Amino acid sequence: MGTYALPDASGHYGPYGGRFVAETLIPALEELEHAYQEAQRDPEFRAELHSELRQFVGRPNPLYHAERVSKELGGAQIYLKREDLNHTGAHKINNAVGQALLARRMGKKRVIAETGAGQHGVATATVATRYGMECLVYMGEEDIQRQSSNVFRMRLLGARVTAVSSGTRTLKDALNEAMRDWVTNVESTFYVIGTVAGPHPYPVMVRDFHRVIGDEARVQCLELTGRLPDCLIACVGGGSNAIGLFYPFIEDKAVRMIGVEAGGLGLSTGQHAAPLTTGRPGVLHGNRTYLMEDEDGQILPTHSISAGLDYPGVGPEHAYLKDSGRAEYVAATDAEALAAFHRLCRTEGIIPALETAHALAHAFRLAPTMRSDQTIIVNLSGRGDKDIHTVAALEGIHL
Amino acid sequence: MSRLAGLFAQLQNAGRAALIPFMTAGDPSLAATVPLMHALVAAGADAIELGMPFSDPMADGPSIQRASERALARGVKLRMVLEWVREFRMTNSHTPIILMGYLNPVEAMGITPFAEAAATAGVDGVILVDLTPEEGRGEAVALQQRGIDPIFLLAPTSGQERVVIVRSMGSGFVYYVSLRGITGAAQADWAAVLQRVQDLRQQLGLPVAIGFGIRDAATVAQVAGGADAVVVGSALVDQLAECATDQEAVATAIRFIKPLAQAVRTAERRSA
Repeated sequence: MGTYALPDASGHYGPYGGRFVAETLIPALEELEHAYQEAQRDPEFRAELHSELRQFVGRPNPLYHAERVSKELGGAQIYLKREDLNHTGAHKINNAVGQALLARRMGKKRVIAETGAGQHGVATATVATRYGMECLVYMGEEDIQRQSSNVFRMRLLGARVTAVSSGTRTLKDALNEAMRDWVTNVESTFYVIGTVAGPHPYPVMVRDFHRVIGDEARVQCLELTGRLPDCLIACVGGGSNAIGLFYPFIEDKAVRMIGVEAGGLGLSTGQHAAPLTTGRPGVLHGNRTYLMEDEDGQILPTHSISAGLDYPGVGPEHAYLKDSGRAEYVAATDAEALAAFHRLCRTEGIIPALETAHALAHAFRLAPTMRSDQTIIVNLSGRGDKDIHTVAALEGIHL
Repeated sequence: MSRLAGLFAQLQNAGRAALIPFMTAGDPSLAATVPLMHALVAAGADAIELGMPFSDPMADGPSIQRASERALARGVKLRMVLEWVREFRMTNSHTPIILMGYLNPVEAMGITPFAEAAATAGVDGVILVDLTPEEGRGEAVALQQRGIDPIFLLAPTSGQERVVIVRSMGSGFVYYVSLRGITGAAQADWAAVLQRVQDLRQQLGLPVAIGFGIRDAATVAQVAGGADAVVVGSALVDQLAECATDQEAVATAIRFIKPLAQAVRTAERRSA
């Protein structure tokens, strides 16, 4: 691969990425790109971001050795990068803080966001309040049902939550609706995209705001184990927590990187959300990437137990990393994720998000096949409090 | 001369703008599509924009989103849209047909097979809303090689460098999005739109169509004097959505389009 320097100047990762949007948005994306480049070069912006991540988000968070579950599995040592300990309970806040600071710098008074599980919506509502901005979050009707506590949390934080009833009424439709809002209010509004997808410069910007995950994990792993990890594992919906962990390790060829998609009811059922594992390249939401689509190029409905992974596309950099072979992508089913969820609860005293449980499921499969002196880092991307109603309902318990 | 170039030359002589209604292929029914296209022409449409349904129409408002969803639920596929154009051409060889949609379904077919099939069917222009000229060089060439005009959009937010790139790659006409928003939204400032369109016509050397936010004859009359074409979409789609039968849809289309067709012709007399 040589020295990794993607995306290129026009926002492409090989054939992926780019900028596929209505003409109205092109100048806004160019403005954003320039503002972001300037901010990156500005020591004051970097210092402010760093300070916010320490004082408001609570970074650095630990790299925690999950000894009991590692022992129980009898293989590699599993370490958890504790993004669940961030303020608001997930990795999403890293990016929300970065984009909100950028919005403030650009003089935008109104921020909008799409959300699936609600974690990005909560993170955006949180930073909007913190920086005194108006906030509107688009969320699919189905996700509003599944994630009512996060909806209430956003409202507590002063955000408006708008239900999206078009299409499949999930994350992809919320993204469509947020784009429509942005097209309409492009001069006053900053669109805080929550994942590493969308038109350039979003994928690179969101990656940069999340790379702190991998940067910290790298230092912490060296401190704790004296060497780099053998394997990184993260769940992939759009892929923001995964790219945040992977990116600082891309040049470390000996470090395996595995993204885990939502296998839903099983890949053979078609009821899943695994575009990298089963899909093909296409164009959706402003970028070229792997998609779940039918033979006519219509986007397919997805299924996952976790609203945050229930998305038919994926960040373009993951598409590139898959094709280049640098990263591997597998799937874990709803049932496997649920089993991993319970296992972590009972062994380590940590309730993981159902999204994260997909990464855990694969780690638990892989660890026993590795030696006990080897190391796996799992990105514990979010905590599971938001999911307890879903899990309880599956067990016939009404909370 | 292409049908589009012929139309604009002819209307320049007549001193009036073209009326281009938009309808979603397969809505309000599969069987109504071709009869509706003929009805639009009979009522005075100069060209037709035919929507290729997509599951995720990011730039469209509720009217066209819902029309797309309905059409897809009826099983509309891109090949069927092209087949309807071919059927329309069996009895109409003069009215330009512009397909409008999103890139992904076209890419799923493959741009070369699509361009060939569209040319064979009798398509004159293609608008892919999410394909900018920067990303769409290959597609534009593939279409032009088969005699189909790649039609690009410009918006109130587009700067001079955008105008330059659209001029270098587009043909047929340029679609000016009259507002910062989605299809079907409300429009405030037509004077500013018309001023911009005057400038663009000079700079582009191509006809300029105005679309987004034009819902009635009064507005058509207002903008037709200053543009080469006026596109009416969501308002027609809304009317058709109400129709219970294909006959009703055809009658509704004619009743809706007639005053608009009158308006482009009246605007001409005023400016002549």
